[in-house]
Amino acid sequence: MTMHPDVAVLARYADGDPGLDEASVWSVESHLETCADCRARLAGQIPDDTRALLDVVGAAVGRGIEAGPAPARRRMAIRRRRLAVTPAPWLTMTAGVLGCAVLLHAIAPDLPSLVLLLAPVAPLPGVAASWNRRTDPAWELVAGTPSAGLGMLLRRTTAVLAVVIPLLALAGARTGAPLAMLLTPCLAFTAASIALGSLIGVRRAAAGLGTVWSVAVVAPSLATAQLPVVLTPGGAAAWAAAAVGMAGFAAARADLFRRLNSAD
Amino acid sequence: MRTISAAETAPATYAWAVHAEQLKVRAGRHLAVDGLDLRLRTGVHGLLGPNGAGKTTLMRALATVLKTAGGELTLLGEPVSGRGDLRRVRRELGYLPQDFGFYPRFTVREFVEYMAWLKEMPKASIPAAAQRAVERVGLTAKADAKMKTLSGGMVRRAGIAQAIVNDPQVLLLDEPTVGLDPEQRLDFRELLADIGVDSCVLVSTHLVEDVVAACTDVVLVNEGKLVFQGSPEALMAHGEQGDPGFSPAERGYSALLRRHRGGAA
Repeated sequence: MTMHPDVAVLARYADGDPGLDEASVWSVESHLETCADCRARLAGQIPDDTRALLDVVGAAVGRGIEAGPAPARRRMAIRRRRLAVTPAPWLTMTAGVLGCAVLLHAIAPDLPSLVLLLAPVAPLPGVAASWNRRTDPAWELVAGTPSAGLGMLLRRTTAVLAVVIPLLALAGARTGAPLAMLLTPCLAFTAASIALGSLIGVRRAAAGLGTVWSVAVVAPSLATAQLPVVLTPGGAAAWAAAAVGMAGFAAARADLFRRLNSAD
Repeated sequence: MRTISAAETAPATYAWAVHAEQLKVRAGRHLAVDGLDLRLRTGVHGLLGPNGAGKTTLMRALATVLKTAGGELTLLGEPVSGRGDLRRVRRELGYLPQDFGFYPRFTVREFVEYMAWLKEMPKASIPAAAQRAVERVGLTAKADAKMKTLSGGMVRRAGIAQAIVNDPQVLLLDEPTVGLDPEQRLDFRELLADIGVDSCVLVSTHLVEDVVAACTDVVLVNEGKLVFQGSPEALMAHGEQGDPGFSPAERGYSALLRRHRGGAA
């Protein structure tokens, strides 16, 4: 803070003395901005007519603020809008496939529940699309920013899950599939695609996991008309453990998501 | 006007804003940057080179988008070639890629504000910073127009606006003058000179005249290696009457390239 101005200087400033040079006025004013004591001292020294003028101005400004328009509201946060843009077609597709699975269950109740069989891979198209060169037009701009990395991937994945999980719950309610057996494999596969994504890229990881699941589990169980062992109600704990393990692995490799090569 | 923070006036603790030693970067399988040494300080640097010289790959590596395949790269005194945290450096970077995609339904302002948010600027300062950046590139009248309604030159300028929105210490512009008309190019040169006063600007271009007019320093690369670095006058001094080109700078450019190719063969 600057030195407190002399009382005499402050009095001359209050009177508007033209003999006070510009540099002194400037230094008094810059000091007044930061010093409440000197402002109080100045207030005690200003002549009555100046005080009356200040009161009139203050009242007029107050009236003007009250009569004027209300402060403009901030527009909707852009990032929320951004989240809704890219994976939308993929989420629509997921919703369509789940709808078909519910219909099929109603037509052929003898087959193992397709909703249960598809639940693990339901979020994968959306997850793959949410951080991908092909679906994010501005990937090169985004990849060079400090926000790029695991945090951004998780944020986008959460947005995908926020749509997919209610869809799964709805489909489960219609077909009577147990909720735990819908959600835990779904979370485990999401975490696995991110963990594997740190090695080969999220898109490839999601595609690979989806293919392996379809070939190794979905196709045989449809052929034999039996629900696979891994999807029987006792497996929920194992799926939950797998989800936590995969998430931990992904978090430990967070630095690999900062560049383009490993995250496309 | 904007307030200047104490951090900005503090003396730098590094000698070079950009320092690359024996830098190697892959573009696909091909080693596009192969043992490049580069040291850049504050000022406007023009990056010249023939097609396929590795300019864009070098830009991407400097923007920390691509992983380096070898050598050392230090930006603003922090090593970025390893696995370390890039956040601090990236906050001080501005980058305009050669072909940059954008979200067509965003307005120019939303686009610039979104990029400012991704660059982790303080939330309260984003609207003002975006407005300033849009004004500096001369897009004020189109600030609330959707990106998809803009012409090529305007999109380019919106790209420059997002690159400068965070007042970067290191500004990397890959072919920024493509699509700009002659008058806009002149405005752009003024903007460059203004930014180059206190930041390190690297502009890649294939227009030799742009470099001579707007840059304080010329960097010439060929086949992933540094061929020449010096002032535009030094570049011109390399050209002789018999060399191909319409201006002294173009003659200097072709003479240096020919000598480099001859030396490599």
